[in-house]
Amino acid sequence: MRRFLLIAALLLVHVVPAFAVNPDEILADAAQEQRAREISAQLRCMVCQNQSIDDSNADLARDLRLLVRDRIKDGDSDGQVIDYVVSRYGEFVLLKPRLSAKTMVLWAMPVVLLLIGGVSLFLVMRGRPARRSASILTQDEQARIDDLLKK
Amino acid sequence: MIIELGHYALVLALATALIVAVLPMIGARRGDVAMMALATTGSLVLFGLVALSFGVLTFAYVVSDFSVVNVWENSHSLMPLIYKYSGVWGNHEGSMMLWLLILSLFSALVALFGRNLPETLKANVLAVQAWIASAFLFFILLTSNPFLRLDPAPAEGQDLNPVLQDLGLAIHPPLLYLGYVGFSVCFSFAVAALIEGRIDAAWARWVRPWTLAAWTFLTAGIAMGSYWAYYELGWGGWWFWDPVENASFMPWLAGTALLHSALVMEKREALKIWTVLLAIITFSLSLLGTFLVRSGVLTSVHSFATDPTRGIFILCILALFIGGAFSLFAWRAPSLKSGGLFAPISREGALVLNNLILTVATGTVLTGTLYPLVLETLTGEKISVGAPFFNMTFGLLMLPLLIAVPFGPMLAWKRGDLLGAFQRLYVFAGLSLVAGLVFFYIHSGGPVLSIFGLALGFWGMFGALADLWVRGNFGKVSAGVALRRLAGLPRSAFGTAIAHFGLGVTVLGIFAATTFGTETVTEMKPGASVDAGGYTLTFDGMRDAAGPNYTESRGHFTVKRGGVVVADTWSSKRLYTARRMPTTEAGILSFGASQLYVSLGDPIADGGIVVRIWWKPYILCIWGGALVMMVAGFVSLTDRRLRVGAPNRRTAAARRARLEAAE
Repeated sequence: MRRFLLIAALLLVHVVPAFAVNPDEILADAAQEQRAREISAQLRCMVCQNQSIDDSNADLARDLRLLVRDRIKDGDSDGQVIDYVVSRYGEFVLLKPRLSAKTMVLWAMPVVLLLIGGVSLFLVMRGRPARRSASILTQDEQARIDDLLKK
Repeated sequence: MIIELGHYALVLALATALIVAVLPMIGARRGDVAMMALATTGSLVLFGLVALSFGVLTFAYVVSDFSVVNVWENSHSLMPLIYKYSGVWGNHEGSMMLWLLILSLFSALVALFGRNLPETLKANVLAVQAWIASAFLFFILLTSNPFLRLDPAPAEGQDLNPVLQDLGLAIHPPLLYLGYVGFSVCFSFAVAALIEGRIDAAWARWVRPWTLAAWTFLTAGIAMGSYWAYYELGWGGWWFWDPVENASFMPWLAGTALLHSALVMEKREALKIWTVLLAIITFSLSLLGTFLVRSGVLTSVHSFATDPTRGIFILCILALFIGGAFSLFAWRAPSLKSGGLFAPISREGALVLNNLILTVATGTVLTGTLYPLVLETLTGEKISVGAPFFNMTFGLLMLPLLIAVPFGPMLAWKRGDLLGAFQRLYVFAGLSLVAGLVFFYIHSGGPVLSIFGLALGFWGMFGALADLWVRGNFGKVSAGVALRRLAGLPRSAFGTAIAHFGLGVTVLGIFAATTFGTETVTEMKPGASVDAGGYTLTFDGMRDAAGPNYTESRGHFTVKRGGVVVADTWSSKRLYTARRMPTTEAGILSFGASQLYVSLGDPIADGGIVVRIWWKPYILCIWGGALVMMVAGFVSLTDRRLRVGAPNRRTAAARRARLEAAE
């Protein structure tokens, strides 16, 4: 059920099914093309439902793919290409958000959860023997049992 | 008239659900056997009424009764019969009906098979189930009624969304819901235990088969959905970390953790409170998934445009059940006694590690899925969290888990011997590494680091075999004796080994497909050839064809290996006439576990066309592994101790004693 909604969503956005990367876009230099693909996979197609520009066939995605390839041909490093795209389209375009004040919680979450889990496990494990000794009868209880047994 | 009957049955179902939600619970408090017995009868009646109602809706689809709005919007008289059946749940109202049907089915199953449950527990469990059913019945009747009429009735329907006209729709949602909603039973058991303030190993023994069944179906459902998207979407991906996928994946992760913690609780009476909490979390995630998808907060662009009242309604249900269950937990959990001490290095310890990692992974996926939504609501800033984020965080979390899996079954309960486990496993670890190297050498290409990924897959598989090897005591006693020892093992031991083996197969498939896969995008004219994965594909030309409710233009490809024709396939682009909606139907050829995937793009001049060809080596292992896990679930379900159930006489005696005390 979830899956078909996804499919529907994807297909409805792209009225014409076509490919993402088309033959006319591919760079002659295989190494550069590979870099372009890897960068594209990290950039969001802004008009799509959670798709990278590498997977999307929307016009905007195509424009972005060409832009990425142009920058690569001009000799930009991967980081520079991504910086450039972000400067034009904002942080929203990144599928893996950068670490910043507003994404702190997002990135910290796995670590924090692990720490919370680990620490509480440690405390529980350490607390165990104490709990066992607590289950030993107090003097009062022992006295009551003795009392009951005598009856 | 028949339609109104279905509608009426649904209203009666609501009345029944409300009765079952209230009276048995009061009965359980007062020790009133008659009131408690109402839960069993009521749950069966509830299922009957919902099934009747669902049957009527199905009937409306099959006879193409377009006077029903829901049928008119989502069906077409020319649609093949199977899609008329599956189309029932191919829309919002129908899918909620399926949700409800499966929920009431599970209630009925508990009512039928829970004969040896203590009466109060059974009454409480069924009452909690009925609360959930009541909430969803209200939801359906007030905001998503599938029985609304149209007057005058249109002559023809608007057709089912073309991407849904697939066998996938017939299988995927029911499987997924059997899993999703199946966790409601665990939830109800947990809430009932909290209400009673009592929980023991017998409780875990009753909960485990339900968890196992739900988990098995969910595994199958997710794998099926993944394969469906893979072949239907036409771009060769099989997992996109889409919020909609995450919605079904989170209950699976939590459910997997629950499966393991319930084991500890059943065998060792430890982790009681945690298991109850996990049962609540798992179903809460199912509810959250329903909310995320049904409210439209995540998929606002799709055509099943949901109006905000529905979203708010589901949000209320969500708040009520999750909030209520957690409050109850906070209030009552301290009264549950925990038992079963164990050392950190032990079977329990390994299962705790499993739970820690799976829970953190669930939390990570949850955060990643909701973060953009929350951030935008709070600050108005928009960010994206997509596949690269999840691959990195989730991948890093899974790494230690996958390495640790084979160690778990090697450790003894209470106090394990890690060195001993190492000694038993190092040969298998070495074999895995060698297998990874050989595999990499044969297929060469891709980063060298992927050797470890491949080895990790083999490690999962060999580790599972090692488990059986050690249990049978192979190598120390004669093969015959060892085989007899294996045959004497409980089915659940096999279930564990098979499931872990399946996990290894899936991991191997993921690494092999991503490392050695190739993608070729090119323009082809008739007669042109392209090489992919050692095969040569020749494009023979395009042809127009027509199906029952679509037209298509399809291309034929002949596949050769070493100059010999080995296969041929059609790849097509369809246009569904009623909705004027195009789809792609990829041509997919399987060679062993590997696949060639051919998809068509835009036509070019001179009768040529843009073609994208993927070579996907061992890709079928990804779903094959999931299938193996599903088989493992069923094997485990046939375990004798699950069928025999908890000690019958003792509980009956205890029940009598309690009732006498109550009087």
